[in-house]
Amino acid sequence: MKYLTEYRDATEVQRHLEQINKIVTRPWTIMETCGGQTHGLVKNGILEMLPKEITMVHGPGCPVCVTPLELIDKAVHLAQNKDVILCSFGDMLRVPGSKKSLLQIKAEGADVRILYSPLEALNIAKENPNKEVVFFAVGFETTAPANALSVYQAKKSGITNYSILVSHVLVPPAMEAILNDKDNRIQGFLAAGHVLTIMGFEEYYPIIKKYKVPVVVTGFEPLDLVQGILMVVRQLEKGEYKLENQYSRVVQEEGNKKALETIKKVFEVSHRAWRGIGEIPYSGYKLRDKYSDYDAETKFKMDIGKVNENEICIAGDVLKGIKKPYQCPAFGKQCTPENPLGAPMVSSEGACAAYYHYTTF
Amino acid sequence: MSNLTNLQCPLPQLDFDIITLGHGGGGLLTNRLLDKAIFELFDNEKLQTRHDGAVLSFGQKVAFSTDSFVISPVFFPGGNIGELAVNGTVNDVAMCGASPRYISLALIIEEGLPVTELWDILVHVKAAAEKAGVWIVTGDTKVVERGKGDKIFINTTGVGEMHPNADISTNNVKQGDKIIVSGNVATHGMAIMSVRKGLEFETSIESDTCNLNHTIGHLLDEFGSQIHLMRDPTRGGVASTLNEIARDTQLGIDIVQDAIPIDTRVDSACEILGLDPLYVANEGVFISFVDSSVADAYLKKLQSLEFGENSAIIGEVVADHPNKVVLTSKIGGKRVVNMQVGEQLPRIC
Repeated sequence: MKYLTEYRDATEVQRHLEQINKIVTRPWTIMETCGGQTHGLVKNGILEMLPKEITMVHGPGCPVCVTPLELIDKAVHLAQNKDVILCSFGDMLRVPGSKKSLLQIKAEGADVRILYSPLEALNIAKENPNKEVVFFAVGFETTAPANALSVYQAKKSGITNYSILVSHVLVPPAMEAILNDKDNRIQGFLAAGHVLTIMGFEEYYPIIKKYKVPVVVTGFEPLDLVQGILMVVRQLEKGEYKLENQYSRVVQEEGNKKALETIKKVFEVSHRAWRGIGEIPYSGYKLRDKYSDYDAETKFKMDIGKVNENEICIAGDVLKGIKKPYQCPAFGKQCTPENPLGAPMVSSEGACAAYYHYTTF
Repeated sequence: MSNLTNLQCPLPQLDFDIITLGHGGGGLLTNRLLDKAIFELFDNEKLQTRHDGAVLSFGQKVAFSTDSFVISPVFFPGGNIGELAVNGTVNDVAMCGASPRYISLALIIEEGLPVTELWDILVHVKAAAEKAGVWIVTGDTKVVERGKGDKIFINTTGVGEMHPNADISTNNVKQGDKIIVSGNVATHGMAIMSVRKGLEFETSIESDTCNLNHTIGHLLDEFGSQIHLMRDPTRGGVASTLNEIARDTQLGIDIVQDAIPIDTRVDSACEILGLDPLYVANEGVFISFVDSSVADAYLKKLQSLEFGENSAIIGEVVADHPNKVVLTSKIGGKRVVNMQVGEQLPRIC
């Protein structure tokens, strides 16, 4: 597989690990922001291969994990309406709501469909004019363009039985929230390669300047990850803080202009609640007024009451990188992938599930 | 890859185009269907007694296994539910170290199934049974209302005579045993995935469903009790099967990612869909645990046999980390490979 096998080369990975070993002189704490990177680190056994001075902290970049409980309950509520076909990305299905998960209500007879793209949901809306099709639009900047495009196309082609339940969040405000936290110990970031593929570098420069932290745009394969870590460590050791691009085979300074235009047409920046973290100002997207007919929260009256998180779960501290999954009293005991108390145990990108699956020996 | 595609066998003259509830009623319609589509097609002396069951005789120990097939879609790249239903049970019996001889065939058909499709399935049942050398000696046909099934469900049950040299048991697995996989992994699961509604993608991946009994027979002839365990890693894939064995033996299992054979197209499809091939279902693949003293000779022999050309040693049984499967990744890192939880669900990004 071109552009994949080269980045899984054991000799090259080893060479980079040796270089990290050679230059590191003191402990450093680095956060990988994206859940895909967390997954890559643990799946390939990289955490055990790094020198002991390097502590990797797993950031909030798992869309499943940060989607508020209330929104999952809303999705469940919508799917229980027999006039609704609820479409979702696969890994949202197992996330527990306050009472049930989408997977459970699917088994009970709700029409819940797993899709790879919101554009497929639009096709389902066309094929089922007597049903309301709702797409659970979860994700970071990476899924925003396709979700925006589905709404844009629905409006353009006059499809009225389609709407999206929006839970879009943005990475840079979350990075700032973490850096501002009184318990913060993050000294450098691996930025999420695919997020910057869409957004470009622009919004990261002010953060680097204000907080004096190195940020390296990093990919997801083993070699990407160790190279990204090496670049951050090199900056930290030299006392530098700048933006570097490890993932230059994919990411460009200006991002993807076409995708950005589509996002801007349909979405505007808004305050958003993050599961486990709370509300972060200007940290997400909502549909522009022009597209409010396509907002499931406007279209359907939903009063789901107050929802409470599980009291034992420390997902918030895990997402902010303050605690490791195994520091949770419920980890691997009351909380397992079969019976998750919090979202990070559900998605393969969640830090708890990653630790549970790959590092329990 | 299925070796039964492009079968030609003319549809018999029937005065109906689709299966109706009456075909499961036990009366005239049932008899008309069975006469033409079952008794003529699967003709053998046991079946022709047309009794409530078949009378069989064996002079030695017998292995016995059953499996139900509810695959969707019933026609998939490289095969259909008919041959899958025969191969699945044939292989389960073979995994016990037996030579499968007789199988039963129970059909649960959804009302409205076109007779042409039923015929296509039955013709593949016949061809798969002939290829494996088993007789269909008893069976059942039921029809359920439209919407209560998914075209057709099939149950097959098989019996076979134990190979005189076979001594296959989880109890025989010991530290140092080599673990050998007989072919490329994850092929069947990805072939099915490629035609599932909502996930369709263009690919030339075909299911690897096949009968493994002849291959296993040859291995037992030569290596006998040096083969400690054989398993076919169907649902849940290689990872789940190895986990079951680690748990049951209370030994550790080490596997090497780079050694696991996989077709590039299958690997790429898994990569795109975000699935781990170790958890994807297999059909025409089995895993052997063999004594380390014969591992190289066993591999060489297997590579020379039908369906064994891509076989490889993927790991060994160890005393460390009991009950756990540990994988050495392509880059040399180590991680635990756990039992699959629920279904593998595609990731968001």
